[in-house]
Amino acid sequence: MEEFKLMKGNEAIAEAAIREGVDGYFGYPITPQSEVIEYLMLEEPYKTTGMVVLQAESEIGAINMVYGAAGAGKKAMTSSSSPGISLKQEGISYMAGSELPCVIVNVVRGGPGLGTIQPSQADYFQTVKGGGHGDYRLIVLAPASVQEMADFVEDGFDLAFKYRTPMMILSDGLIGQMMEKVKLKPQKTRLTEAEIRAKYGDWATIGHKPSERNIITSLELKSERQEKHNHKLQAKYREIEKNEIRYEKINCENADYLLVAYGSSARICQKTIQLGKEKGINIGLIRPITLWPFPSKVINDAADKVKGILSVELSAGQMVEDVRLAVNGKVKVEHYGRFGGMIHSPDEVLEALEQKIIGG
Amino acid sequence: MTPEEIIKKGTLVFEKTKLMTDANLSYCPGCGHGVAHRITMEVLEEMGIGDQTIGIAPVGCSVLAYDFMNIDMQQAAHGRAPAVATGIKRLFPEKYVFTYQGDGDLAAIGTNETIHACNRGENIVIIFINNGIYGMTGGQMAPTTLAGMKSSTSPYGRDLGMTGHPIKITELVANLPGVCFATRQAVHKPGLVRKAKKAIKKAFENQRDKKGLSIVEIVSNCNSGWKMTPVKSNEWLEENMLPVFPLGDIKG
Repeated sequence: MEEFKLMKGNEAIAEAAIREGVDGYFGYPITPQSEVIEYLMLEEPYKTTGMVVLQAESEIGAINMVYGAAGAGKKAMTSSSSPGISLKQEGISYMAGSELPCVIVNVVRGGPGLGTIQPSQADYFQTVKGGGHGDYRLIVLAPASVQEMADFVEDGFDLAFKYRTPMMILSDGLIGQMMEKVKLKPQKTRLTEAEIRAKYGDWATIGHKPSERNIITSLELKSERQEKHNHKLQAKYREIEKNEIRYEKINCENADYLLVAYGSSARICQKTIQLGKEKGINIGLIRPITLWPFPSKVINDAADKVKGILSVELSAGQMVEDVRLAVNGKVKVEHYGRFGGMIHSPDEVLEALEQKIIGG
Repeated sequence: MTPEEIIKKGTLVFEKTKLMTDANLSYCPGCGHGVAHRITMEVLEEMGIGDQTIGIAPVGCSVLAYDFMNIDMQQAAHGRAPAVATGIKRLFPEKYVFTYQGDGDLAAIGTNETIHACNRGENIVIIFINNGIYGMTGGQMAPTTLAGMKSSTSPYGRDLGMTGHPIKITELVANLPGVCFATRQAVHKPGLVRKAKKAIKKAFENQRDKKGLSIVEIVSNCNSGWKMTPVKSNEWLEENMLPVFPLGDIKG
């Protein structure tokens, strides 16, 4: 049954996971996302859907439990925040190499190091450029509302299983902690062993006869074969780039200036558009929903019609590199950001646009 | 009798388990891994659970265990096998799950995962090959390297003041309530191989009976890392390893 609830972003993730029919959540508490595991423990989904919820000994333990479960064809997920995600990177690289599907949630806080518990978008590089070792990509969905926190759990598993790859929901402490109305989907049933065998029996390790056995590994000692495996992964990534780019365009028709922002930053920029109107400045916003694959073409096309672009991020300037690559020198691209847990106001964004783009 | 006559049905009294593949083992001649692999697979075959078992291969010499063990297997990151096993077992509690790990994997980088899987009483089997050295990386010091024992990173012998004492993981985890069976075995003599196999069987029976975690340590040799002939390494094992790592059941 569909249902409306007022929830925190982190709670919405947890409730959506139960309704999605997730088999296992393995996590470790860290601010500002601890409500995910707290909510799951409180709701006791193991009594209703059979979903296993386990507090691991560490983030490393958690991601490796996800690896094992995902390798057995189960829907497994974990969540953490920046320093915890750094610990998970080893496991994420292994999952990418072994082609295992899972959903990883990062409710980002300011860094580097222990940093702060306040929101930030400074994990962009780590998330879209790799993070762990080796050539791999994660599909990255960046929610800008509590509704999207919930929706992206289902979308995330669809994408992860479609391409057999780990994906990340890149949120931040602002969306994780804020409360909004959220429409929740009806409860899905979990797959039975027979259904897992029918769907994923050709790769998942569920227990097979020797003649049909499956191996999950990211090891290939022969370089020629390791290169071949990498070519296969890269071909998969090209396919994802072809099919899965998502973005939102706001007020882009006839805009003179363009903001590019994602997640909570994009929410703030929507107010900046209004403030601009009041001052007679026509501003558009492109919100990348997938940070990888990045909506490069739509930004490049938009660059033909505007006088300048400002990349607005809660970081010292990370996504701006991808925006510049997309724009390829057509118009001026500048960056504006607050960081270390500070959040920019809509006025500050407008001021930055006026200084760096309009007057700059 | 010709070999053909010997292997005829009715005459054949012993054959290789079908749960070992025909691939050539990648281990050095004389290494204990081959025997440990084989008795583990023999146990699964005798119990008839090969197609209900998922094994976890470690990092180290036995990283390719899945090339030899003819069952579903997952390879885990260095030291993380007990966490990977936890993920599978929690979601498929009726399957049999075991990890196969060396001393670097289990007693160094994976100590945390090992202790916590043991403490949670995960209903799995851990098979722990302890040869007191890092074999695959070229004979460096392990947490289980003996006092005064030479390795490429303790070239003058392990200095306990500098690097601490050989860690007795099996005794350590035997103290945890989640562990139902902790034993130390060896495979360098036929009689000991039979005992080790019995211990492995007991471990899998414990898993069948949902008793908790069983750990079977197998003290083994590393003739390449120790820079000895296989025969000499087994003598050295007997004289030097076993006094520090005495054989027998520690718990259960």
